[in-house]
Amino acid sequence: MNFAVLHKYAALTHAYRLSRSLSPWLAGGCALLFTWGLVGGLLLAPADYQQGDSFRIMYVHVPAAWMSMFVYMTMAAAGAVALIWKLKIAEIVARASAPLGAWFTVLALVTGSVWGKPMWGTWWVWDARLTSELILLFLYLGVIALHGALDDRRAAARAGAVLALIGVVNIPIIHYSVQWWSTLHQGPTVTQFAKPSIHIDMLIPLLVMISAFQCYFGWSLLVRMRSEILAYDRNASWVRELGRGT
Amino acid sequence: MTAVTIMLAVVRRELLRAVRNQAEALYPLLFFALCVLLFPFALGSDTALLSRVAAGVVWVAALLASALSLEALFRADYSDGTLEVLVVGGASLPLLALGKALAHWLLSGLPVLVLAVPLGVALELPAAVLNTLLATLALGSVVMSLLGAAISALTVGLRGGGLLLAMLILPLYIPVLIFGASATANAALGLPVTGELTFLTGLVVLALTLTPWATAAALRIRMG
Repeated sequence: MNFAVLHKYAALTHAYRLSRSLSPWLAGGCALLFTWGLVGGLLLAPADYQQGDSFRIMYVHVPAAWMSMFVYMTMAAAGAVALIWKLKIAEIVARASAPLGAWFTVLALVTGSVWGKPMWGTWWVWDARLTSELILLFLYLGVIALHGALDDRRAAARAGAVLALIGVVNIPIIHYSVQWWSTLHQGPTVTQFAKPSIHIDMLIPLLVMISAFQCYFGWSLLVRMRSEILAYDRNASWVRELGRGT
Repeated sequence: MTAVTIMLAVVRRELLRAVRNQAEALYPLLFFALCVLLFPFALGSDTALLSRVAAGVVWVAALLASALSLEALFRADYSDGTLEVLVVGGASLPLLALGKALAHWLLSGLPVLVLAVPLGVALELPAAVLNTLLATLALGSVVMSLLGAAISALTVGLRGGGLLLAMLILPLYIPVLIFGASATANAALGLPVTGELTFLTGLVVLALTLTPWATAAALRIRMG
């Protein structure tokens, strides 16, 4: 009996079952947090003294922008684990995160553009943060394209991991060089270290929305991981049994 | 064999290949010149306008020439099995990567740098700006070759190789372009450019230290 093989399959079946039992909890938490955050942000929070009601798009824009970076870091960290310890499950996490992160980036760009129109009078400006977000989208698309270009799933995941890690080293360089190049975007309102320059009634729904986005990411990551696991292990007996519904 | 000998052997082999296949070695240069040549047609022959955009045009053409020439960096070694032998045979892959990047710079970065002089003059670039352009291009092209070697190793032999490579590498070139272009913009205004040059030198050091390992990892994945 080859224990390495046994362990490998056990790990993926275990991850599959765990993902199935965790999913409903995350989905429920996600629904709850979204309701709280959206009601709090769109109905209860006071209007901004300068931007009026149009600031409310912040409750989608800021979480999406945070997630766009958070997911990239998740993908790169999972990629590093996949490269160092050759763990299949880390490869699966890295692979499943890429499209999610790309969509968060698109959402951040689109909501930012919708917010920019009434505030700055234009859909798009060549501003530092907008531009680095756009570059981030291209980094995501590069990883996704590389995943698609390699037929061997494991090699694709590891190649994507190398690219994501090269991207991680580059993100701060891109960020600061672009910032140097030009900026118009308002400064960050919520930082860990300073007292936030935002009213507490506006801040709480924002934090709730960020947790809701995190929950949503967790839930959809689990769903995507399950289909990736099935594709990885499609020839294993447990997947066949699952297919037969036993 | 010491590290330097291995690296030089790789470089020597690439140069020999270029000498024996001169037409192919000229492609990046011709592409670069043609790319620059398109701009007077696109923007009109107004010398004042051309002189203002010339540095940016040369920069973008250099980026594109570098991105397109990278596809061939590992291709021959990949298709005839040399790369596999090197990986399986336990050759030092970071040194191989460094040698490949150096060869790429010698065969595409350096000639582009030389050709940038007549093209800059033709586009009415002022002498001070031309000097800055050459200095930043010299530093920037080293970073481009090093980073490019890693992406080239990742995408060698893949479907849509050339375009995929360009898509992956161009976002990574943006910082180099920003520092290069802002240095030339400063030079045009008579402002100091040491800040940008220092940053570019920093990027060279960073790329020189980190990218050989990334290239080695990429080769191992693609050949494993």
